[in-house]
Amino acid sequence: MATDITKLGVKATWRDLTEGMVIAGAGTSKDFNTGEWSTDKPVFIEEKCKQCLLCTPVCPDSCIPVKDGKRGEFDYEHCKGCGICVKACPFNAITMEGVE
Amino acid sequence: MGKRDRLSGNEAIAIALRQINPDVFPAFPITPSTEIPQYFASFVANGQVDTEFIPVESEHSSMSAAIGASAAGARSLTATSSCGLAYMWEELYIAASNRLPLALALVNRALSGPININCDHSDSMGARDAGWIQIYAENNQEAYDNMVQAFRISEHKDVRLPIMICQDGFITSHAVENMELLEDEQVKEFVGEYEPENYLLNPDCPMAVGPYSITDYYMEAKRNQAEGMKHVEEVVLKVAREFAEISGREYGLFEAYCMEDAEYAVVMLGSAAGTTKDAIDALRAQGEKAGLLKLRLYRPFPAEAIAEALSGVKAVAVMDRAEGYTNHGGPLGADVMSALYRARSKALAVNYIYGLGGRDVRVEDMEGVFAVLKQIARDGDAGETYRYLGIRE
Amino acid sequence: MSNLTEIRWHGRGGQGAKTAALLLADVAFQTGKYVQGFPEYGPERMGAPITAYNRISDTQIRVHSNIYDPQYVVVVDESLLEAVDVTSGLKKDGAILINTSRPKEEIIPHLKGYEGKVYTIDAHKVSMAAMGKYFPNTPLLAAIVKVAEVMDEDTFLREMRASFSHKFASKPEVIDGNMEALKMALEEVR
Repeated sequence: MATDITKLGVKATWRDLTEGMVIAGAGTSKDFNTGEWSTDKPVFIEEKCKQCLLCTPVCPDSCIPVKDGKRGEFDYEHCKGCGICVKACPFNAITMEGVE
Repeated sequence: MGKRDRLSGNEAIAIALRQINPDVFPAFPITPSTEIPQYFASFVANGQVDTEFIPVESEHSSMSAAIGASAAGARSLTATSSCGLAYMWEELYIAASNRLPLALALVNRALSGPININCDHSDSMGARDAGWIQIYAENNQEAYDNMVQAFRISEHKDVRLPIMICQDGFITSHAVENMELLEDEQVKEFVGEYEPENYLLNPDCPMAVGPYSITDYYMEAKRNQAEGMKHVEEVVLKVAREFAEISGREYGLFEAYCMEDAEYAVVMLGSAAGTTKDAIDALRAQGEKAGLLKLRLYRPFPAEAIAEALSGVKAVAVMDRAEGYTNHGGPLGADVMSALYRARSKALAVNYIYGLGGRDVRVEDMEGVFAVLKQIARDGDAGETYRYLGIRE
Repeated sequence: MSNLTEIRWHGRGGQGAKTAALLLADVAFQTGKYVQGFPEYGPERMGAPITAYNRISDTQIRVHSNIYDPQYVVVVDESLLEAVDVTSGLKKDGAILINTSRPKEEIIPHLKGYEGKVYTIDAHKVSMAAMGKYFPNTPLLAAIVKVAEVMDEDTFLREMRASFSHKFASKPEVIDGNMEALKMALEEVR
């Protein structure tokens, strides 16, 4: 049976935790808004983008979705603002405040 | 019903494991437990079990593999002794904190140093706070019976904790004694199939095991783990009742021998309890009211039941086959004395360190302990409570 | 504790004293007795003195200590008479069995004044004649069964054949030699 992770906030009592802290059910990390941790935000400049897709695989949080061979807008729910995508882009199609 | 046989303690455990037919058995040899995987490997080679037997390169790995297998959803176990258990240290805590049912057949042996291959309980006593259930045996029969009951306790949904089935190295592991075996079918039916609720190899519900817990969660996680331990006593007794139905052999949290009217009692674990029973019979024949409390379940520690069983005694000697280096005695002494304190017991208690590194314990030694208890009761003073039995002064 | 028989074996590492103690436990078990057979373990060293023990009883055996006051002592290697106090605690109404080619009269002065019965057997001679190799434990096993009256000889030989058939399942050619050694030993012990 999949774990109901909505019950696992920092207010959870010891009784609310799962046995052995097991998290059953895949993909539960999607439910955590880790994007709120970021202090910087990458900005996607679509007109400069050549759709080379070099940015997608380097993202540690899988926040650059690809559909039909083309990347889309950042997933800000999970982007922590690390800026690796900015370094990877050969066409300056991603910018970030404080990151060149 | 039972099948009369004569086996060494290691053979008895190996046969219990053949009858249980576990899914995974990773092992690394160490004296005096080596024979357990050795016998079992022959069962694997002969096709008598379906077990995946994994010869690994260390005890660190054998316990890791047993943990991995248990998390994957398999019934798993390993066997070890002494330094082998010490080398499993970090994994012991991982097995328990991840609430993974699995078994460890431990053949108690002294820890180095000085290096020594013989029996004492310093290995399992060191692991007493790791969150494992610990059960001890007096003889080969009990080692076998405890092994057969192990997975039923460990896998119980209210428990889900790893279990250590301990027996005394060489004294029982390498001694051939009479015993009664259950039929293979009886064991198979008693142990049943392992059906975990969640497991790694369940494609319908993948899971994460052993996640990091930040400070916000760690303490709640440990309290949650303690809850499993709270159910162990009840489950041990329930499993023992069902075991008695198929075997005719009754087990509890401990065995109270001649305790009904005992004025002087010894509390101990393991093979020397049998020797103590012979001492008690000799003393009883002389009219001395001597008794024995032989603990079976040591972790969790059934403190209330022990204090209750000792409520009528004037003096008690707690026998530790391990040093605690507290300057006050050994671990069993500390546990029993705190149980007595909480029960507001008036009994005078002393703690003996005995049998280290295989030092033999004779009937006469135990008669000597009872003589000391009688003197203590007469004096109304326990005197030095931290004592060594049979040490050359 | 009725009819408890305690036997102590003194041998040297590699001579099979432990195996003999386990075989004795085995064969006594087959006659319905409660048994214990166990060695005193240390680091395994070929040639070092070792001790093994047997308890045989009509009732359950609970004691788990070594044996200090045996009824019977078996000395697998004569040279141990000098190195080890083999008669320590040995009961006067018991007996000591020694593997030696020497006459009993030459052995007795080495037994520190032991007043009980002394038996000897030339296990080397028996073993070489029956098996062509020196395995002292097989003749000594038969000899102690006779000396300690563990069971009657026919039952012993029958149970031992069954035991050897199991133990030597992969090399049945040695069974007859071992059986011959047992039979010879039953005659030779004196």
